[in-house]
Amino acid sequence: MSKPTFVYVTYIAASPVRVWEALTRPEMSEKYWFGYRVTADGKAGERMTAVNPAGRLAHDDPIIESDPPRKLVYGWKPLYKDMPDERPSRVTFLLEPFKGQTRLTVTHDEFEDGSRIFGMISKGWPAVLSSLKSFLEMGRGLEPSWGEEERKRAGEA
Amino acid sequence: MIDVTKFKPKTVYITYIDATPEAVFQALTTPGFTKQYFGGFAIEVEPRTGGAFRFLAPDGSVHIAGTVTDWSPPRRFSCTWTMVSMPQYALPDCLVTYDIAPAGGCVRLTMTEAHQWAIPDAILSGGRAGWPAILSSLKSVLETGKPLSVQMEQPTEMLEALQALKR
Repeated sequence: MSKPTFVYVTYIAASPVRVWEALTRPEMSEKYWFGYRVTADGKAGERMTAVNPAGRLAHDDPIIESDPPRKLVYGWKPLYKDMPDERPSRVTFLLEPFKGQTRLTVTHDEFEDGSRIFGMISKGWPAVLSSLKSFLEMGRGLEPSWGEEERKRAGEA
Repeated sequence: MIDVTKFKPKTVYITYIDATPEAVFQALTTPGFTKQYFGGFAIEVEPRTGGAFRFLAPDGSVHIAGTVTDWSPPRRFSCTWTMVSMPQYALPDCLVTYDIAPAGGCVRLTMTEAHQWAIPDAILSGGRAGWPAILSSLKSVLETGKPLSVQMEQPTEMLEALQALKR
């Protein structure tokens, strides 16, 4: 059986540079990523970190590839207390100019068999990326509810 | 009656939109909206389960036709699709379903494209490339009033697969 891969494509009326900034800077991410402060503007070998709205470190993962504003790859191992054994997976953002806009393709792969994370990210990315698009196009993110579990984690100090 | 259980989901796309369920339903079912985000195509639909449905190309020709299998505003709109503009391939109908659900301060729109035969991935590639563009543009129309410029290139892989199917 092949390992699961999640792919999501969205088109955004903003330049790749703007999309890149939104993906890598905490003062922008917190406005659409449900309050998470995501820092990912370092070089390959440096760290991607995410801090939840309660101030708790939720991610501290390696940046695997960084080619602004075209391609960003980082590891993904949430630091959830109840998932100490999840192996790291991998997220790839591909930003392509498309008629004055950006085609953003997010691929999340390299999951272990039986990963609990896969089900979570399959629900999470459409919400996060829809909110990113809203933030860049109309100046504010969304507040979708996509699960009580995620709501709880966001508030976990 | 159309037996919708024969159709198995092959492509699913989810997007969250800052709009009411009623506004999303209207955007999916009225020609003034679909022309803006669906490649210039105007939808015509009889607003009832069992009603007729079609998409007209900008030149007025019928591109897609079908039957409404579920008309449940503002939660669900589902219909069969016959690709009228590609009669040479004699493709079996597919089933396209939009589910609209409140999700916190916005709505979750789920599009499901389902098929009743072992359709190859190469043929599915056309829809898989098209839906993100169409539904991204729909979201922009509802949130900002402005569609995206997402007229797609020819779906080469799909057309080649269809050609191979004919031989």
